[in-house]
Amino acid sequence: MINDSSIILFFLSLLCAPILLSVINRTKAIFAGRTGQPILQVYFDLIKLMRKGTVYSQTTTWIFRIAPLISLAGVMTTLLLIPWGKIPAPFTFTGDFILVFYLLGIGRFFTVIAALDTGSSFEGMGASREVLFSAFTEPILFATLITLVRLTDEASLTNLFHGITPFLWTTSGAALILVAVIIFVILLTENSRIPVDDPNTHLELTMIHEVMVLDYSGPDFAFILYGASLKLWLFSALLAGIIVPIHTDNVLVDGSIFLLCMLAIAVAVGVVESLMARLRLVLVPRMLVGAGAIAAVCIYLTLK
Amino acid sequence: MIDLIFVLLILTGFVFLGSGRLQFSIRTLAVQGILLGLIPLWGSWEGLWVRMLSITTLSLLIKGFVLPYYLTRAMHKSKVMHEDHPFVGFTTSMVVGIVCLGVSFWLASRLPTLGGTQPQMAVAVSFFNVFVGLFVIMSRRKALTQVLGYLLLENGAYIFGVAFAIEVPLLVELGVLLDVFVAVFVMGIVIFHISKSFDHIDTDQLSSLVG
Amino acid sequence: MNMLLVALAILGIGGLAALLIHRNPKFANGIGSGSAVFGSLLGLMAAILLLFSSPPSETIRLPWSVPYGTFYIEADALSAFFLIPIFLLTGLAALYGARYLWEPKNEKRIGSHWAFYNTLAVSMVMVVIARNAILFLISWEVMALASFFLVTMEDERESVQRAGWIYLVSTHLGTMVLFFFFILIGNQASSLDFDRFVIAGSQIHPQASLFFVLALIGFGSKAGILPLHIWLPEAHPAAPSHVSALMSGVMIKTGIYGIIRALTWLGPPTTGWALTLIVIGSISGVMGVLLALAQHDLKRLLAYHSVENIGIIFLGLGIGLLGQANDLPVLILLGYGGALLHTLNHAIFKGLLFLGAGSVLHGTGTLDIEHTGGLMKRMPWTGALFLVGAVAICGLPPLNGFVSEFMIFAGAFQGIQYLNALSTIPGIIAIVALAMIGGLAVACFTKAFGIIFLGKPRSSHAAEAHESKPAMLIPMIVLAGLCVVIGLAAPYTLTLLKPALNTLSTNVAPTDFVKLTNQIQFPLTYVVVLSALFAVLVALLFWLRKWSLSGKSIATTVTWDCGYAKPTARMQYTASSFAQPLMKLASGVVRLREHLVKPEGFFPSEGSYSSKSPDVVHEGFWTPTLKASEWFLLRFRWIQMGSIHLYILYIAITLFVLLIWKLQ
Repeated sequence: MINDSSIILFFLSLLCAPILLSVINRTKAIFAGRTGQPILQVYFDLIKLMRKGTVYSQTTTWIFRIAPLISLAGVMTTLLLIPWGKIPAPFTFTGDFILVFYLLGIGRFFTVIAALDTGSSFEGMGASREVLFSAFTEPILFATLITLVRLTDEASLTNLFHGITPFLWTTSGAALILVAVIIFVILLTENSRIPVDDPNTHLELTMIHEVMVLDYSGPDFAFILYGASLKLWLFSALLAGIIVPIHTDNVLVDGSIFLLCMLAIAVAVGVVESLMARLRLVLVPRMLVGAGAIAAVCIYLTLK
Repeated sequence: MIDLIFVLLILTGFVFLGSGRLQFSIRTLAVQGILLGLIPLWGSWEGLWVRMLSITTLSLLIKGFVLPYYLTRAMHKSKVMHEDHPFVGFTTSMVVGIVCLGVSFWLASRLPTLGGTQPQMAVAVSFFNVFVGLFVIMSRRKALTQVLGYLLLENGAYIFGVAFAIEVPLLVELGVLLDVFVAVFVMGIVIFHISKSFDHIDTDQLSSLVG
Repeated sequence: MNMLLVALAILGIGGLAALLIHRNPKFANGIGSGSAVFGSLLGLMAAILLLFSSPPSETIRLPWSVPYGTFYIEADALSAFFLIPIFLLTGLAALYGARYLWEPKNEKRIGSHWAFYNTLAVSMVMVVIARNAILFLISWEVMALASFFLVTMEDERESVQRAGWIYLVSTHLGTMVLFFFFILIGNQASSLDFDRFVIAGSQIHPQASLFFVLALIGFGSKAGILPLHIWLPEAHPAAPSHVSALMSGVMIKTGIYGIIRALTWLGPPTTGWALTLIVIGSISGVMGVLLALAQHDLKRLLAYHSVENIGIIFLGLGIGLLGQANDLPVLILLGYGGALLHTLNHAIFKGLLFLGAGSVLHGTGTLDIEHTGGLMKRMPWTGALFLVGAVAICGLPPLNGFVSEFMIFAGAFQGIQYLNALSTIPGIIAIVALAMIGGLAVACFTKAFGIIFLGKPRSSHAAEAHESKPAMLIPMIVLAGLCVVIGLAAPYTLTLLKPALNTLSTNVAPTDFVKLTNQIQFPLTYVVVLSALFAVLVALLFWLRKWSLSGKSIATTVTWDCGYAKPTARMQYTASSFAQPLMKLASGVVRLREHLVKPEGFFPSEGSYSSKSPDVVHEGFWTPTLKASEWFLLRFRWIQMGSIHLYILYIAITLFVLLIWKLQ
């Protein structure tokens, strides 16, 4: 199903996504007692990067040059499938969430092989850890989808979010809270936030996503940065869709509630980042298996 | 609402499986104790308000504050803060926990539903706690962790009893609590004696006593 | 049907001719491969015609002097569907093999090679169209023997001898179980013709579960499910690359064909059968890909991936069975459709990957991933084509792997939506397993592709690699093209699947069938539309970047090395290091044997690391079991002491006993 009126929301998402990153940085700054960057800093960074030339490594091949394009295009395409809370997405069909996660997968595939393309051990390290964590997050995400599909009896993202009503919250509130927690943990993992990864440093001790893109510069790096902000928007939108139970039929009201929820999620991420330290790398799989255990609990709850 | 408490009880069970820091585990046990103390509030207590309130307060105090306090004292005295090399790794323990949870739910669905005010989930949660308690006893080395596992087991049995309390068998409640008391004191004596007569309280080394 | 028979005749005669003129290697190569290519072309056309022919099937039924046997062949939609990958891969692999084998050391045996190759092709076709148990078993056996001779072509190497032996024993154990199966089911039907095997009625036959298990073991050992898969990682690396492509792409699919055919005879299934298939599929899939991650021999890695993909096909079959057991037609269509499509897809991309591995071997002389690197610059075509295969096998959009996995996922999700509590468990297991397999497959193929083709060369072999000749590249290009085409034409794959699905869903009303197949086309159409938008976006971003960089400097320099003065190619990540975190977590399941020599002293000195990953099932289960049975049977050695007098004594005693018994 194609919803033409939602196309404008797609472009709005493309425009607004970097603000989430700024909100997170501002929250962290406030916690640290600083003033922090201006809200539009990410946009300034993107423009600055696009105006630069670029430097490529001699070891790399065309794979390195095509990878940022593929990962950014992948995330942009997924945004065509993500609803704005209760407002339908531009494209809706049965099983669209499968396509969303696999489009992210092809972006990840190319980012990882581009990292190996540089022939650097730093990037190899990041690539190795990236595939390790994604091997965990994929089944956990699908397990939460199983829970949601069974709870709402719908099979596409738009309809799933429509099915999250206050009634559902009162009857299966426990399962929904756990699902929200899991998606929050996955959000932190996939977007390289503390406690999984430190987005501010580029040292080998803390890096997973940051180090894979160590050799990119100029417009390529702008694409990567923008793609990261879009990915953050995507996972926040998934979380917001589950948390918000209210459904009015007014587009403006629904849209505003959604945006407020997104900002709240960004603030929550900032708070978590300020309060926690990065986990030792060997503990991250344990945390992810813990999230998997919670997902199993959700599934058992829906089986009754 | 009561479902939320049961879900939190399951999650505390998983925390036990996944955590190696003893202070954290003891705090989790305290949380579990508080949750358990709150469960009787959902029973049917016509005209027995005083009894219910006193039981709730007693359980909360003992399971949520007194026991953890003594355990923390034992921990500091024996200077054991970490569970370092359990027989079964933490990640594997959590996977085992997932399987145990499934088995508990299945077992709970096989039992005939007796009368009772609590839903079927209580039975599953109690089985799960019993399994997790047994697993923790079997797979960890430090004596303190095994005490925690035993307490978890007792909590599981308590949930089962509460789930099927049609009226309030006060004696059962007190009996359970007394059971726990005795267990803790016996274990405390054992820990202190072990740590005084030997150099550490690693139960793994106890096997060197045999023949 | 006549065209099919002509194709078989061309293959047969070509093979025979190659054998007869094997003293002239050039002609033998030409005639052998040429007949294979032309026969396959003709056969492919015949298969497509048979798939879409309106009378359901064409039959030839002739009496035969073999007791219980009839020469009964039939090409219904299911058989025709399986004929397509058989002929496709036979032809393309033959074209590849003609150039690949053209080396001095192969001159003496190239004639016999083509004879066996064509025999293998003919026997595979016969397996798929035979409708009589005796004919089927003969074709099955010929297929096993022909492939054995192909695998042991380079039998001067000891590893090849060992691999051939393991393969021979495994396939015969499977065939033995198949004999039991056919005897039992034939007994129940009082005939050995397939059309009599169908257990009619809607009651579950008491012995149906036994038949199911026997069919699963017999056909499953050929397909390569855990724990019957141990011959795969031995045989496929030992064979020449185009033979590995044929075996892995097509021969193991005859096992799948056998299971599906057996399922059509066994009457209404139970949810327990579906659960069995899904559990087997999940374990094979996850273990297969974990074991693949531990390998650093490229062909062994690809062989384990075949185990994984057979697991995925089993997941699809399980979903289809779940639909049949619970009367949910949409599950039948999605599950079986996904499984059949994945069969075809896997043949295409696994064939492509094995041919690519052959090119790597041909270009560098080694298959050890740890000794390659940077091959993309010296072998650009092979690299790009291998990339297409790698992306396809991970099931990533917009290529064909995604379409079949999507169908299986969709089927499983519909299952958990519409079924009640206990029956959703197979669906849940299928979804979680498939998601985990997807994630791990990405890990494995980024490792394989990245370490082999990217970075800097890790050895002199890799630094002096040369690209393959066009004759070897053309089949790969065709296969890669098919990956893209099937991916972008996803809704139209249903037209390809419909005839076969029709034969499998006989209890679904025709109107429902049409309605549901139309319904399934919607999501697939959207998938294609979004894939196209994705491609458009990539192009747009490309032009954006180009425009943005016009007039600005584009420099090249060394990779950022943190200020270290002398980075070498040996400092790159190796395949073992890439897979190490996952291997550590899965160490209970993947018993990696590591040999580590740490540098001693304060200044860096010698150190080395090597790892071997023997197959867990092979070492943990089969070797002890077979050793135990060997020990047990050796106790009875005294019966056969080699003395003729003793043997005559045995005969005399038997005669004596028989006479007394019968004449008393």
